[in-house]
Amino acid sequence: MIELQHVTKLYPASPRPALDDVTTEIDKGEFVFLIGSSGSGKSTFLRLLLKEDDPTRGTITVNGKTLNGMSKWQVPKLRRTMGCVFQDFRLLRNRTVAENVAFALEVINKPHRTIKRVVPEVLEMVGLDGKANRLPHELSGGEQQRVAIARAFVNRPLVLLADEPTGNLDPETSEGIMLLLERINRTGTTVIMATHDYHIVDSMRRRVIELNGGQITRDQSRGVYGVGR
Amino acid sequence: MRVNFVLSEVATGLRRNLTMTVAMILTTAISLGLMGTGLLIAGMISDMKEIYYDKVQVSIFLADDVTDEQRSAIETQLADSPEVATYLYESKEEAYERFRQQFSQQPELVENTPPDALPESFRVELVNPERYEVIAAEFPNGQNGVDQVRDEGDFLDRLFSLLNGARNATIAVAVVQALAALLLISNTIQLAAFNRRNETNIMRLVGASRWYTQLPFILEAALAGLIGAMLAVGGLVLTKVLFVDKTLAGPIKAGIIPPVDWSAIATISPIIAGAGVGLAAVAAYVTLRLYVRL
Ligand SMILES: Nc1ncnc2c1ncn2[C@@H]1O[C@H](COP(=O)(O)OP(=O)(O)O)[C@@H](O)[C@H]1O
Ligand SMILES: [Mg+2]
Repeated sequence: MIELQHVTKLYPASPRPALDDVTTEIDKGEFVFLIGSSGSGKSTFLRLLLKEDDPTRGTITVNGKTLNGMSKWQVPKLRRTMGCVFQDFRLLRNRTVAENVAFALEVINKPHRTIKRVVPEVLEMVGLDGKANRLPHELSGGEQQRVAIARAFVNRPLVLLADEPTGNLDPETSEGIMLLLERINRTGTTVIMATHDYHIVDSMRRRVIELNGGQITRDQSRGVYGVGR
Repeated sequence: MRVNFVLSEVATGLRRNLTMTVAMILTTAISLGLMGTGLLIAGMISDMKEIYYDKVQVSIFLADDVTDEQRSAIETQLADSPEVATYLYESKEEAYERFRQQFSQQPELVENTPPDALPESFRVELVNPERYEVIAAEFPNGQNGVDQVRDEGDFLDRLFSLLNGARNATIAVAVVQALAALLLISNTIQLAAFNRRNETNIMRLVGASRWYTQLPFILEAALAGLIGAMLAVGGLVLTKVLFVDKTLAGPIKAGIIPPVDWSAIATISPIIAGAGVGLAAVAAYVTLRLYVRL
């Protein structure tokens, strides 16, 4: 489903590659933690999957489509099969919870009827029913992240990419978010989550890919954060 | 395409950079107004050419003491000349009448001119207007009742080169203004894109098409272009009503200057609107391609 072959990413400004000859494969329905210290290349990994940026060398395949050489107008179609969530939520401040979620569907031309039906559904699923008309600043951090997850999931993506989604949240709230991501994963959606929260990784016991200086130094199914920690 | 969504985005965008939007609209309006003026002058020039060049190319003014024999000899010579297409005799009275009409707005001038002050003349249209010299040679000045032969074409050439110059200058200023307008449009669109970067970032990530992401910006520019064009047309209408129709009423009535018709303004208005909308949209599109990541 997702395949990286000898992927290297060099940013123009820095001599050290952000990703260094990364080869890996992620199957449909997997839950994968991407771990490593700050600057190890986790965000770059996710950005390349979204084709936000192109690898300097190597090939990337997502859902059977090779991203290298994919034309610009095919990229939106690729992204409609992926959802993404970030540490800073990235909600639109002047729109309500329901409008934030609906926005993701409006801009890809989903019919009104569909939007009216699926937005309340997904809000209920993430535990925000009753808060549909709140503005983002009227919500707690955990609730805001739930809105972002609802927005990422509302179009039923094949893959959910989460870049440190619990980075701004306290452990208890993070636990709720992880339960939600697990639930999404159970619907068959592949989840790839970058994090350096070892509590979460240790308690979930899922596949762990560890990056260090842009290289994969560990790839372990049912792994923990630090070996021998 | 969700029309409401796009339109509300456009309205928000225009409101959010009000000063830039106003500057962009005004510059566009001035540029388009000058372009329209240039087009009107161009139309006027071709109208005037029809009025003048077709009528008279050479005037043969007769001396005050011309005899009847000399006059009919000249007429015969004109009738027989292969160079002459048509000719027209104008008596002193007819010349005075025409003069009175032409300068009806300046009654002092008419009053101070005695009715017999204007010479009688033959007004000659040549087969080939360039062959003025040949006719001039046939009727030497100050001989056989001829006072002087004048090449009206020469005067008209100078008049028209002046008018052409005015048209070119107007269009040149319009082009410079258009450049300023394009830069302002580009700047406004960059600002609009910056203001809406959160929205466009999310649109990009959820897979909105590039077209959908760009459209609000392009429409924003196109709308500004349209408003600018409407202001420009309004300016032309005001110029016609307040300046051309009032100040130039005399010469227009006398047929010296062709009037600026409503139909002429109606003809160039869609051109102005098209140019305004088209240029603004293209400027926005190019700006988005060059400077903004969508
Ligand atoms: N846009 C960029 N331009 C230049 N260097 C970058 C850019 N983004 C990331 N990097 C560099 O690439 C390396 C990996 O960054 P990143 O993928 O963000 O790591 P992580 O998400 O694991 O913290 C870092 O050294 C970082 O400085
Ligand atoms: Mg990161």
